[in-house]
Amino acid sequence: MSNFWSAWIIVLTLGLLFALIWLLRWNMKNYTDVDEGQEMDHEFDGIVEVNNPLPKWWTYLFWACFAWGFVYLALYPGLGKFDGLLGWKSSNQDVQSLAESRAAMDASNSEGSIVQYDREVRDAEEEFGPIFEAYAQTPIPELIKNEDALEVGQRLFLQNCSQCHGSNAMGGPGFPNLTDNDWLYGGTPHDIKTTLLNGRQGNMPAWSDQFSDQEITELANYVASLSGRERDPELVAAGKKNFAVCSACHGPNGKGNQQLGAPNLTDNVWLYGGSIAAIEETLHYGRNGVMPAWKDILGEDKIHVVSAYIYSLSNDE
Amino acid sequence: MSRVKHEFVEKNLGWLSVLMIIAVSIGGLVEITPLLFQSQVQEPVKGLKPYTALQLEGRDIYMREGCSNCHSQMIRPFRAETERYGHYSLAGESVWDHPFLWGSKRTGPDLARVGGRYSDDWHYVHLMNPRNVVPESNMPAFPWLAENTLDGAYTAKKMEALRTLGVPYTDEDIAGAKEAVQGKTEMQALIAYLQSLGTALQRADQE
Repeated sequence: MSNFWSAWIIVLTLGLLFALIWLLRWNMKNYTDVDEGQEMDHEFDGIVEVNNPLPKWWTYLFWACFAWGFVYLALYPGLGKFDGLLGWKSSNQDVQSLAESRAAMDASNSEGSIVQYDREVRDAEEEFGPIFEAYAQTPIPELIKNEDALEVGQRLFLQNCSQCHGSNAMGGPGFPNLTDNDWLYGGTPHDIKTTLLNGRQGNMPAWSDQFSDQEITELANYVASLSGRERDPELVAAGKKNFAVCSACHGPNGKGNQQLGAPNLTDNVWLYGGSIAAIEETLHYGRNGVMPAWKDILGEDKIHVVSAYIYSLSNDE
Repeated sequence: MSRVKHEFVEKNLGWLSVLMIIAVSIGGLVEITPLLFQSQVQEPVKGLKPYTALQLEGRDIYMREGCSNCHSQMIRPFRAETERYGHYSLAGESVWDHPFLWGSKRTGPDLARVGGRYSDDWHYVHLMNPRNVVPESNMPAFPWLAENTLDGAYTAKKMEALRTLGVPYTDEDIAGAKEAVQGKTEMQALIAYLQSLGTALQRADQE
């Protein structure tokens, strides 16, 4: 803040305060030649004005406000560049990136200066940090036996994951069900955690350029038959011929590939719907499933707890 | 001493008006005027990028549909907020927003850092009918966004206007604006805008 604006604020603020004090004192004196409580010689419609003083309770309140105001301006930032005797700040507003913000927070906490937000975070860290750290040290198969940890994990899940996967974690069209032990990218604790940390990018290409509508219908029927559903044998046989291109990702038996996130087509679990029409739509236009990365948002310790909660959904004893 | 000096103010409407204006303007002169000249509200944060043509159109749709009536874009520096939404908002993130869309009411969640939090597909499903993904939601559906296409007739003009306000658009940005948005749906534009929100701070660290 430049000196000019600092002075501007100080002069206007203090000027106003002193002007108000002057106004109050001026109005407390009796400048009339009428004694207090006497009529002012001013009558309208039978109502007379009486020379009454300002109410006592009101003037005392006014003085108390002045006292409060001066104490506040002395302790807290309010007068231009003056930081106040406490050195209090609400937050670090002059940072330019997350790294700068973290550095400013560390600095303010180690110097003991009062940045309200930084203190709030530090106090929470001191209280909750060890809990999350202990959770993070516990392997996930162990952690799912800890009811408290699962409750924390569920809270975090409801807050951050339920928007896509549903508050019951059962997903919806396009968003995987996390309770059925059927995994696109693997269901080991490590796989789940990796998915949460870095996100995933699913990519099913569109095939309408390569295949005719008839061929896509045949393929869809073949894919449906893989999970043991009764389909027209002719369509199935015709679709099988073209499945070679699909096997690049989904494997020759259609069992999928968790390295690529290619779904298993034989288990009758359908991310985008299992009707022939839905399978045809997938083949025509492709699909792009995106799981966002949560490392920067939640941090590794919390992700560990959320992973445990998700793991527990299909690995409960 | 004349009798009762304030009679003068009470009986001269012109003076009364002038003194009243002075009295009510002091708060603004102290709290708002100096702020307009602070570097914090003039300098962009490190990773800030101007909205692309498509994002800019999306922003206009955000305004048209009144999203800011229910969604704020302002994370306050309280832990309770930053735990949920991410780092508190900085003035330098809004320097190229004319007008800013901070909002003042949260019927829905804050969107200041919604960028990258959900997939494009999720936004599509959610805007078509929020209850398809969040059964508890009371947000209205916006299915017409997927039907309306943009013609980009005013995109370049909007960018020129913003440039006069200090947004660093290049001549190429403006020349390519119409082409960049033409034929795109309003849905695509709005999702592009939402996915850009609040991503500057992270970008600053990656660069």
